Amino acid sequence: MAKTVVEPIRWLLFSAGGMLAALLIPGLLVLFGVAIPLGWLDAPDHGHVLAVLRNPITRLVLLALCVLGLFHWAQRFRYTLIDGLQLKRHSDIINFLCYGLAIAGSLVAADLLLRTL
Amino acid sequence: MADRITLQVTRYLPEESARPTSQDYEIPLRKDWSILDGLNHIKDHVDGTLSYRWSCRMGICGSCGMTVNGEPKLACATFLADYAPGPVRIEPLNNFPVVRDLVVEIGDFLEKLSAVKPWIIREDEEPVEGEYLQTPTELAEYKQFSMCINCMLCYSACPVYGLEPGFIGPAAIALAQRYNLDSRDRGSHERLDVLSTDEGIWDCTFVGECTRACPKHVDPAGAIQRYKPTAVAETLKAFLLPRGKR
Amino acid sequence: MSEQVEHVDFYARWYKPRISRLWWLRRRSYLVFVLRELSSVFVAWFVVFLLLLVRAVSQGDREYQRFLDLSANPWMLALNVITLFFVVFHTVTWFDAAPRAMVVRLRGRRVPARIVLLLHYAAWVLLTGITAWIILD
Repeated sequence: MAKTVVEPIRWLLFSAGGMLAALLIPGLLVLFGVAIPLGWLDAPDHGHVLAVLRNPITRLVLLALCVLGLFHWAQRFRYTLIDGLQLKRHSDIINFLCYGLAIAGSLVAADLLLRTL
Repeated sequence: MADRITLQVTRYLPEESARPTSQDYEIPLRKDWSILDGLNHIKDHVDGTLSYRWSCRMGICGSCGMTVNGEPKLACATFLADYAPGPVRIEPLNNFPVVRDLVVEIGDFLEKLSAVKPWIIREDEEPVEGEYLQTPTELAEYKQFSMCINCMLCYSACPVYGLEPGFIGPAAIALAQRYNLDSRDRGSHERLDVLSTDEGIWDCTFVGECTRACPKHVDPAGAIQRYKPTAVAETLKAFLLPRGKR
Repeated sequence: MSEQVEHVDFYARWYKPRISRLWWLRRRSYLVFVLRELSSVFVAWFVVFLLLLVRAVSQGDREYQRFLDLSANPWMLALNVITLFFVVFHTVTWFDAAPRAMVVRLRGRRVPARIVLLLHYAAWVLLTGITAWIILD
């Protein structure tokens, strides 16, 4: 059994993503997913949100959240399919799809947060 | 409390049938009897053909692991009165091949245990007088993991071990940690080669069932989780400083 | 016993049952584990939702208003409420697990697990407060 280099890296990404998601997502989701749509809180005006998003720290934090969050999903979801549904035979294609989607999503996030804004 | 209880015991006699069956035994229900006492009563007075492992009957040898009503338990540490009025289902330990009745094949676990080198590894013996000294704090670092009695209830509880038979398993990793964290040991890099593999710690998805099942409060899930950052650090170090000293 | 039992000399024939594909329904703790793992899907959905918001904002006030209207759509709202449940579930289970990987030492003594857990929750409350303050101010 050879020592693996890939698994520790995957676990690091998974862990970092899980921690960021745990700390940041509930607050953001309550605001934009529930409280503002239901009218419990007034939506901030466009100019303010744009200014907040354009701030370099915001961009960096949100980029980290998106990229690491997607890699967190990729690692956890592939294990759920491989162990949970016993699809080990298809593990190559499952890995390719999960990490492929994570990479694609990360590129979209980088484009939106760093270039378009 | 009723004075009798029924045990539904798995019977597997390979010379008679290809599949296990269940056999009911109605036995006295004594308030201080364990499952093991019940099985011994069956063997001595009802059906001498029943096979099962046991030894110390006090929760230290690790021989009598079985599945009781779906949960992995030590037969000597589980009491009939807690399951009254019954019936109580007694099956062999999950995730292991069944040899006969309640006896399972444990060779896989023993191989994996030896693979992690569960002994003090040193390159040289220090010329000390008497024994190596260890402070209480140093002892506390690994003491919890030294409580393991190799009963394999954690392997029975772990879904990953059932799905991936190559997984090295909770007890083996906890015992590797017991030595890694021992101040007298110098062998952690040797154990790293065995632990930081696809079938070592990286198969573990922290289900946590192993810790729940452990009768000795070893917390193997905690041991594995503690080792993951260590393994990451060692891997990165080896990558970035390939000629660093080992 | 009068009947003849077909007897073969004993040799080891181990019985190895196959694990059912629905193994995770067998025990409550396994089911909770799988739900915890599936919370990652909702984490990924939130990332998509967040990127939709960022894109809308970058395209101007009209697109931003359209996004706000979309988020008020009953189906979207229902999805996000479910997502909120799973994301909070993720946070609670993550904080239960993560401190077990960290052994923190302060001045030679080990910080108890409860304190590490408390610090995680404190950080969560603090970051949520800061987020709300930045966005709503």
